[in-house]
This record gives sequence, structure tokens and C-alpha cells, in this order.
Amino acid sequence: MADLRTNFAGIRSPNPFWLASAPPTDKEYNVVRAFEAGWGGVVWKTLGEDPPIVNVSSRYGAVSWGGQRIAGFNNIELITDRPLQVNLDEIRRVKRNWPDRAVVVSIMVPCTEDAWKKILPHVEDTGCDGIELNFGCPHGMSERNMGAAVGQVPEYVQMVAAWCKHYSKMPVIVKLTPNITDILKPARAALAGGADAVSLINTVMSITAVDLDLMAPEPTVDGQGSHGGYCGPAVKPIALRMVGDIARDTEMRGLPISGIGGISGWRDAAEFIALGAGTVQVCTAAMHYGFRIVDDMIDGLSNWMDSKGYATIADFQGRAVKNYVHWSDLNLNFKTIAKIDQDLCIKCGLCHIACEDTSHQSIAALRVDGKRRYEVIEEECVGCNLCAHVCPVESCITMQPQPAAKPKLVWGNHPNNPMYVPEAAE
Amino acid sequence: MTDIAAGRLPPAQIAANFADAHPPLTPHEAVVEASRCYYCYDAPCMEACPTGIDIPSFIKKIGTGNLRGSALTIFEQNILGGSCARVCPTEILCERACVRMAEEERPVRIGALQRRATDWLMEHDPAPFQRGPATGKHIAVVGAGPAGLACAHRLALHGHEVTIFEGRPKSGGLNEYGIAAYKLADDFAQREVAFVLSVGGIHIEHDKQLGRDFDLATLQRRFDAVFLAIGLSGVRALELEGESFAGVRNAVDFIAELRQSGNKANLPVGRSVVVIGGGNTAIDAATQARRLGAEDVTIVYRRGPGDMSATADEQDWAQTNGVRIRHWATPHRLLGRDGQVTGIEFMRTQPGANGRAVPAGDTFTLETDMVLKAVGQVFIADPLKSDGSLALAVEDGRIAVDADRRTSLPGVFAGGDCVAGLDLTVAAVQDGKVAALAIHRQLMG
Repeated sequence: MADLRTNFAGIRSPNPFWLASAPPTDKEYNVVRAFEAGWGGVVWKTLGEDPPIVNVSSRYGAVSWGGQRIAGFNNIELITDRPLQVNLDEIRRVKRNWPDRAVVVSIMVPCTEDAWKKILPHVEDTGCDGIELNFGCPHGMSERNMGAAVGQVPEYVQMVAAWCKHYSKMPVIVKLTPNITDILKPARAALAGGADAVSLINTVMSITAVDLDLMAPEPTVDGQGSHGGYCGPAVKPIALRMVGDIARDTEMRGLPISGIGGISGWRDAAEFIALGAGTVQVCTAAMHYGFRIVDDMIDGLSNWMDSKGYATIADFQGRAVKNYVHWSDLNLNFKTIAKIDQDLCIKCGLCHIACEDTSHQSIAALRVDGKRRYEVIEEECVGCNLCAHVCPVESCITMQPQPAAKPKLVWGNHPNNPMYVPEAAE
Repeated sequence: MTDIAAGRLPPAQIAANFADAHPPLTPHEAVVEASRCYYCYDAPCMEACPTGIDIPSFIKKIGTGNLRGSALTIFEQNILGGSCARVCPTEILCERACVRMAEEERPVRIGALQRRATDWLMEHDPAPFQRGPATGKHIAVVGAGPAGLACAHRLALHGHEVTIFEGRPKSGGLNEYGIAAYKLADDFAQREVAFVLSVGGIHIEHDKQLGRDFDLATLQRRFDAVFLAIGLSGVRALELEGESFAGVRNAVDFIAELRQSGNKANLPVGRSVVVIGGGNTAIDAATQARRLGAEDVTIVYRRGPGDMSATADEQDWAQTNGVRIRHWATPHRLLGRDGQVTGIEFMRTQPGANGRAVPAGDTFTLETDMVLKAVGQVFIADPLKSDGSLALAVEDGRIAVDADRRTSLPGVFAGGDCVAGLDLTVAAVQDGKVAALAIHRQLMG
């Protein structure tokens, strides 16, 4: 049984599965249920100044895909709508009753030193394990110069992180917004401000759908809608990329990263950890199915680690980072081609039509004795993988790496590269 | 003491037994099931459909919520897509060809999805098709069953005027008179007829029988073309001693009576029923006898399960309904008392040359109150005769036609069960469609 314990910027938890700051961590009742279910930690739903904000009725939009509910999810809910003291009292009680779990408190107050100086001691006094600065919320709060409005300006990120380090002793995690061109800028700013860790991604600005009867974006509030923050399985690729970018950045080497974005099971978590994350945070999957999903996350990850011989999280954390390279570092002499397992083929023809219409015309549609047969034309195949992706049968189409005919060649050294200057002969 | 009586079950139970046996998918179920379709290219299911419906496309459209487009994709190839969705033996057609069979032996439920789309359109737009600009041509169709209706509809789309002559008081053919009530529940067959006729330009004359009320030569003179869709009007007899005993009936008559009866609780059925035959008629008769309240229903077939023309699914359905199926036995003699059937003596059979059943030597007897004969229907050519002679060619007991469903007589076409091919609604629809297109080409060419 693998050891799933984590120490993330000094914050310990029995497993890397935390609930992200969101509705599931709104109050003691939910958090206690989460801990009972086995979650390693929570980031408490963002605290703000009193008086509390007011939320709208109708708060979530979702994307269904082929009958699957909540492939993508979006919300227009704001930070906690409960008084500060109520939250502080509950946080104190929860941490006291669950000392082995990570209790991190998310905070968002106006971008003034006084505001942060005022709230930090109250939070620290609860005995919580750390704070997460909500610089990511892309709706509602950003219009009030908080949330993403701070996260999109690296100078502000650095400034607020520095205040937090100055006015408290708690580990500081800066939560980053993906609604920015270069994720490295705010991440480096967080580090420069003294932050102990970053977490990402917060939600992506989005409109999930337009109600074609009401002619308004969903979710609709009295016939109108607003953009929201997108999350759920659909955003995982965006999050993985941003996590990987930070993990491989030499300036930020060793900066703890809490991965967030569409994590729905242990495999997603393993991928984030392989790309450098130390813990992962989950929200949408829990909101879809309840807290019990952590059970499979924990023993799925543990079983997978056992099967691979990884005893601890650290054993595989960041292992994929060195293989996350820039396109220009890829080997242009590598060649792989598709192979169809004729015994597994169910004759759906999807590989053929995808290749024929949209790729390289390298899968022939044949009839042999009246029966359909699809065959790869190896000379034409460029190894794009499209056929393997469209094939509905697991392992029916596989990509076969071809024996290396030539040494590795990258774009920088390719004769077609206008910038390439052959080394002068000695 | 024979026992044939009505009301063996409470009326509410009988009503439930003859309601829709396979209720429609809910809208959400349909979307989930549609998502199982891989949207195959050169889809095997489509090739397996006698009417060539673009199945992946209609299923895709269900998934996107384009139910009108989905239904029209179906109806453009098969105007009786509604009844075919209910009665097609999909397990030997499209669903057997579904690529998911190779993968997991659980095909996409194409029939159920077709019903979802066609039901939706028939409810929301009872008249989606309009007759084309009038051509001045007038075509006679004999028989208002699936083949005749499909032919008439396609002709009307091309602007021709059509008169259908139907021997029975109602249109629909076997959909009205020959299919088990729980497969085409309530008044679906008549609603579908109205749906087909809504195109305009089609007139139906009921109670007009070929050979009795008019003859083929007259039709040839009066109309620009003729389409014969007269089905199989003969029922094969056992040709055994005792066949005229009371309580011995043709299964097709029993089924038709069930379909036409407003209150099935009034229909008499034996306490014990024996059905002889191995086709879907035998299955439908036996299962409906059970559902009317017969305690003991046995189908007896002269060969093995794989030889029955009823599909495996149909055989399972009968057995699920408590019907016993006995194989390898053939009726030898009907037993009776006071003119009333009391039992049948069967001769055991065994496989002989070419898969035929040959007598095995011994016999057994089943006591029964009612015998339903379902040993096949046959084509009767007599109504086609004019002045006592048959002008058009008949081959292997059916009207001979070419690929365009053209008979040997100029301007006379035929389709449905009266020609060779699968005796299925969907095949009849295709015959009607193909013949209509050929007629159109011939008249307008």
C-alpha cells in the first residue's frame, strides 16, 4: 500500500486530495462530511470583508456531451455569503476536530494593505494550516477590483503576496487565474512576493450555452446571463499545460504547485502530479457525485503506485516534467505509423473517413469477399494518430514507432529552417 | 369437456396485456442511446435496412435534438417508418449489422430510436409531406397494405394521382389485421394511414376486391399504370382428418379478430391452446392466446429452433410469455368429440436429408381445447384472371417481377408479399417505393 501522505509547503495531509475553495467547502457541515469521506484537505470557500456579498439565484451552467452530464461546468457564484465571524468560528472548530487534515483558508479582500493587514490575524487565529489568495475568480469580484483583476496584474500579485508574508506566519498559496496570456508572469510574481506555493488553475471566463428560447446566456437570472468561470473535465488540458509550464520553469524550480482543473479521478491526479503538482484540488467532480468519489481516488492512486513501484508521491512527482519540451526540441526524424488489428476491428469505417476527408488518405476502405476491411497505406501514413483517436475500440488501432533510420534532428538544425546556419567546415 | 371461454382474466389485466409491449424511449433515454451510435461511415446497418434508411444520420440528429430532421431522414426512405420501428425484426436486420454487435453483442437500439423520431414528428406535424405539382397521370394501386401505401405516397410526392382499391373495410393491410396487438398498440395503424394519406392526391376505395368487384384488364384500360400489392390471400391447411372440428382455426383469423375487437375481454380462447407452425404468425397467435388468459399454450413445430422462421428474439418473447415450444413433431390427426376438437395426435420427426423433417416413427397426443393453424400463407392468383385466364407470369407461387417490380404485363407492377422476397413490412415498403419510382420514370420519361 503506497504512502499517499503529502507535505505541501509545510502543510501536511494524509493524501493529496483536497477540495478546492468552492461551494463544497462553504461551511463546517460540508467540510466535516468531506473529511468523514476521506478527503485529505480543504481550501475553505473564500472569505471576504463584512458585510458579506450577495449571490444571485441560478448560479451554474453546464455542458453535456453525448448524454454525459457536466463535461464542463461554469458558475457565477461569488465568495462566501456568510458573515466573517461565522466562518472563522467554524474553521477553528473543524481544524481542532480534524488535526490531521489540511485546512487552508481562501481569502479575497480589496487590494489595499489595510484590508489584508486587518483580516490576516483573524484567519491565523483559527489555527488553520495556511492561506490561499484568491486572485482568480473571473466574475463578480473582478469587477470590484478583486479576484482575477488582481491576478491579471503581476505587480499586484507580488504586492499582496508580500503583505501576506509580512502580516502572517502562515504558508501562503497564490491561486492563479488562467485568464491571462502567459501564466509564468503572475507565477513568478507570486514567488517574488514571497509566496510559498501556487495553485492553478482558477476558472476560465466562459459562457457555457445560450438559451435559444430566452435568447440569453446560461445560467439565466431573470432572463439575463453573465459570463462565469469554467471548470470541470473540459478544462483539464488547459490546467495541465499551465501547471507544466510552471513546473519546468527554471526560475520557479521547487515551487510547490497545487494542481486544479477538471480532476475527476485518480488518473487525472496522477497526471497532474507527474507534471509537477504536489497536491490536487477537486471541485466539479465532487459537486457532480458527492464526496464519496475520493474513495476511488485514494485507492485507485495507491493501487496504480503499487503497480508501478512508487512508494511515495515524491517518487513520481514531476517525472513527466523533463519530457514536457518545446516543439522545437522534438525529433523530426522520429516516425510512427498506424496499425489496425483486423481481429479487433468492428468495421465502423471511422478511421477511413477521418483520414480520407481530413488527413492523408492513408486508410483504404476495401471489400474482401463482400466484407469491409480497412487497411493502412503505410507509405502515406504520417503517424498523426487521428485514426487511433477516432477508433471506438480500445487498442484496435495502435501507433507503431518505426526503427530510427537517422539520428535525432530538431527544427533548429533542419535544412528547411530559414534560421538554420550550417556549421562551417573546420 | 372442452373449455373455450371469454373473460379468463379481469378486463383491466387484458387491457394491460394488449397495451404497447415495448413502451417508447423517454427523450433522455433516446439521447443516451443515440450517443452509443458510432456514426459509422459506410454503415453496415444502413446496408442491412431493406429501405436503405440513413441510420447513422437519423440517430445523430436525435442526439442533437433535431427530431424533425431525424424523422424526415427516416420517412424520406420509408414512409411507414413508424410501424417499421415497432414491427421490424431489427435483430435480423439493422441491429444485427450494428458494429457494436462485433464489439459487445449489444447493438444500438435502432428500432427504438426510430420510434422516438417518427413518433415525435407524427405528433408534432401530422402532414409533413405535400403532393408534387399534378402530372395528370392516374395510377391504380390494389391493396392498401404497406406496399400499396408506400407506392401511393411516393407517386403522390411526384404529383401523380392515385386510387387505391382495398378489399377490406380498413386500410393498413397486415399492420391493421395481421400484427399482434401489443406490437402496434391502440390505433397506430390507422393513424399511420392518415399520416401517409396527408400528402394528398390519394383516394382509397374500400371493400373493393380484385377479381370480385373489378378485374385487372379494366384497371389497365382505365389507369396509366397499375401496382398490385395484394398480399397472400390463402392460408395453408393441415389437410388432416378432423380439421373441420369446432375449435380449429386459422391463426391469421384469430389475430385479425383480436386486432379488430374493441373489447378483448369478450374474445373466447381455449383453456388449453395448441398452435401449429414456426413463423411469426405462430408466435403472435400463441402469445396473444396466453395474454387473453389461456392457461396452457404450446407451439408445435416440425423442425428445430434454428429452422423456425420466427427469429430467436420472437421465440424468446413467446417463451417469456409462458408459451411452450415443442420441436420435431408434426400433427398427424385431430381428435374430437361431438364435433369439437379435444386433442391432436403428433408424429415425432427427426432431421432428414436437406434439413427436412422426416417421421421418427412414434406419436404422442396433446389434449387441447383450441387449435390455431399457422403453417403458412400462400399467394392466390385467381383474382388476377381476366376472362378466366391469367395474363401475367407467376414464378414459384408469387407474381414474377424484375428489379423495378415490373410484372410481365406492360404498365403493371407488383410488390409486397405477393412477390418473392422477405415477407416483411419493411420489404413491402421498399417494393412500393421502387415500383413508384419506376412507374414515374416510365410515365414521365
